Amino acid sequence: MKNWGYKISKPRGIDLDTANIKEFDKLAEKVPSAKRCLMCGACSATCSATNHTDFNFRKCHLMFRRGQFENISEELDKCMLCGKCKLVCPRGVNTRAIIYNMRIFLNNMDYKNI
Amino acid sequence: MEKERILIIGGGPAGLEAAYNLAENNYAVTIFEKDTEIGGNIKKWVKLFPDFGDAAEVRKNFKDKVTRQDIDIKTDISINELYSENGKWFAKNSSGNVYEGNAALLATGFETFNASRKEELGYGIYNNVITSVEFEQMYKTGKIITAEGKTPERIAFLNCVGSRDEKVGNHYCSRICCINAVKQAIEFKELVPDAEAYCFYMDMRMAGQFYEELYRKSQEKFGVTYIRGRISEAAGTIDNRIQIKSEDTLTGLPLKMTVDLLVLMVGIESSDSTTALAKQNEINGEYGFAKSVGLHGSDNLTKKEGLFLAGSCKRPLTLPETIADGRAAAIQIIEFLKLKVKN
Repeated sequence: MKNWGYKISKPRGIDLDTANIKEFDKLAEKVPSAKRCLMCGACSATCSATNHTDFNFRKCHLMFRRGQFENISEELDKCMLCGKCKLVCPRGVNTRAIIYNMRIFLNNMDYKNI
Repeated sequence: MEKERILIIGGGPAGLEAAYNLAENNYAVTIFEKDTEIGGNIKKWVKLFPDFGDAAEVRKNFKDKVTRQDIDIKTDISINELYSENGKWFAKNSSGNVYEGNAALLATGFETFNASRKEELGYGIYNNVITSVEFEQMYKTGKIITAEGKTPERIAFLNCVGSRDEKVGNHYCSRICCINAVKQAIEFKELVPDAEAYCFYMDMRMAGQFYEELYRKSQEKFGVTYIRGRISEAAGTIDNRIQIKSEDTLTGLPLKMTVDLLVLMVGIESSDSTTALAKQNEINGEYGFAKSVGLHGSDNLTKKEGLFLAGSCKRPLTLPETIADGRAAAIQIIEFLKLKVKN
């Protein structure tokens, strides 16, 4: 086929009509404090990994919430589970448990085909 | 000796609270209310934030307090002119009747923003786009349904409709809509626990006592989802649902979704009578609200001797603030009248 120099790009936006947002409900059953998150970013600000890589826990959590699972698994590998994030959270969210459980969920989920 | 009389324009919480306190202090009061019933904007509400207090009960308490001989309540009367002559105050209605008093209190309150001015949000175009006031009226019937009579599976609340928006000329924050959205989202989830409730916001301004706690409860106990982003447009779908577009600013991605009902949290604007009467007396402030002498210590006074202000004719206020302000105005009026007698 002739290459015209154009390609179809995937839509970047979030479509909440098709996104799998129920996965977060399952996560929240395991970590109820997740529902309280304000997305203030204190966790990311204190994160040792964030200070040296482009890892961002706040964003990973939110993307999971919105059913955008792509790349989260790889991102979460940058976390060392030190738990500093948990110490600074103003809403007492068990951030470490969220990361731990997100990893399990993502491993068990065929999210790439969602 | 005949009692001195105070003319109160507006039979809402500010006017009623002031009237009661003036009457308790041995003054005669005339209240002018443009509606058939007193109560002002509380009439539109069912439950009050942040404690889900019963609005009807608040109204009834007011009614009981002001039903007395020394308070003359004139309903269905719109005051078109308010002026002073030789140290007396006069209020004139549309049919030309003139009422006389020794002082006047402007308590003409607020009106909610006309949402059809934000055409892109589809109010007045799609039946399933409603305002927060209409949500309240629907809540009164005990159920929240779409225009087709269906129970919504998904509802979205949009904050700052008519507030913090240069495009409609209102730079200010209306202060009550955020907490009202939290309240209404909880009320909806209580009625339809399996449905999804979303709230779109620019900032969640939870600056009152127990507001933040209620916000937290709405997330934790009721699972309301908050999305930071302003809905840029709403469009009807073929099955009469509403497709909304916004940015999810915390992910940095555009976001779209379809909802069964979109509730616009309309802001507070100055009422027509506030604007007109304030202008006549040259006490018109910004955005059509009436202007007091100063925020600190002289907030019920105007530069016109004998003319006082109470409640949300000055700026957006919550109900407890309005009631306290009505009481404060009464004290200022009493002080003024006593000083006048002395001199």
